[in-house]
Amino acid sequence: MGKVKVHRNPPSLDMTPMVDLAFLLVTFFMLTTTFAPEEPVVVDIPNSVSEIILPDKDRIIISVADDGRVFFDMDNKNHRMSMLRYMGEKYGISFSPEQQNSFAILSGFGIPMNVLPQFLDMDPDERKGVTQPGIPADSVNNELADWIVFARMSNPKVRIAVKGDRDTNYKTVEQVINTLIDRKVLRFNLITGLEQEV
Amino acid sequence: MAEIQQGGGGGHKKGGKVRAKKQSTKIDMTPMVDLAFLLLTFFILTTTFNKPKTMEVNMPDKVDNPEQQTKINEKDILNVVLAEDDKIFWWIGLEPPVSTTNYGKDGVRKVLLEQTRANPKMMVLIKPKDESRYENMVNILDEMDITKTQRYAIVEFTDDDKAIISGELPTEEVVQEAP
Repeated sequence: MGKVKVHRNPPSLDMTPMVDLAFLLVTFFMLTTTFAPEEPVVVDIPNSVSEIILPDKDRIIISVADDGRVFFDMDNKNHRMSMLRYMGEKYGISFSPEQQNSFAILSGFGIPMNVLPQFLDMDPDERKGVTQPGIPADSVNNELADWIVFARMSNPKVRIAVKGDRDTNYKTVEQVINTLIDRKVLRFNLITGLEQEV
Repeated sequence: MAEIQQGGGGGHKKGGKVRAKKQSTKIDMTPMVDLAFLLLTFFILTTTFNKPKTMEVNMPDKVDNPEQQTKINEKDILNVVLAEDDKIFWWIGLEPPVSTTNYGKDGVRKVLLEQTRANPKMMVLIKPKDESRYENMVNILDEMDITKTQRYAIVEFTDDDKAIISGELPTEEVVQEAP
């Protein structure tokens, strides 16, 4: 008799609550996820106890890689395009609409002005293979300063954040900071991770 | 539906009903659950929960005219030099002894707390050497935050500082002449 009973009730499980939960979590994660933008370079940020959260918009991120290369990134497509136009005027380079569009959707970049048009002509997969040399930020040729000036002209509300690799020589960071001070940017942020032990 | 129509007669109709009742109303949810968990895993793995934090830094504007620069009593100055290999040299005013310390809990934090307690007017001058790392600078700014030191500035590391650290400083000669 016992055997017959086992056969009558197939070992099926009511999965409804599990599915409910699973979909609830899926929905939650779908809505909260913001995809991390693709970075041109991996930056290992130092930690601090500071808990100010980086704003999501109106920001410039100047990344300094551990080998001293400098990258520049700004949000908002329209501001990026107007910034590129200003830069083009200053350096006497005219960008085609395609180049402007590909610049608008680019993430951070570290390309000197003279090779920027060629870089924008590449397709996105090709760009990944290119080692970006970094934006010149020394006193002889300071393109970073121009990017900062024109970025602030395009979007006066912008905040500047410096994202340095923890192993970067202070000298490069100093160059970037001095560039900022020279352009009267006296308040800026340093991007850090949260310290584990307090 | 087509099968029921083929059935036709009353008795058969009854049998059809019974068959329909026997069929389970449950759907096999396994593929759906598979998909749900696949998506769940994907989103869990791609989510970045802790957004990066930032520190706010205010830098003084450059003053070209030396007369406009703020003058501070040298006794109220705590020099902190960030050197290579995560070392810190510190001294007060313009004279040695130069002490070394580190970024640990009992290192520079203790020094800062002791010195600012002893002299609330103490101005901390942070002098990062070119060989120091960016992390050193962030750490020292962080220590300023932790010890609630209000008066501090990041200044350039000069040759005088170098001389003071290496011990061959001009002030030493003056001291020797004095007695």
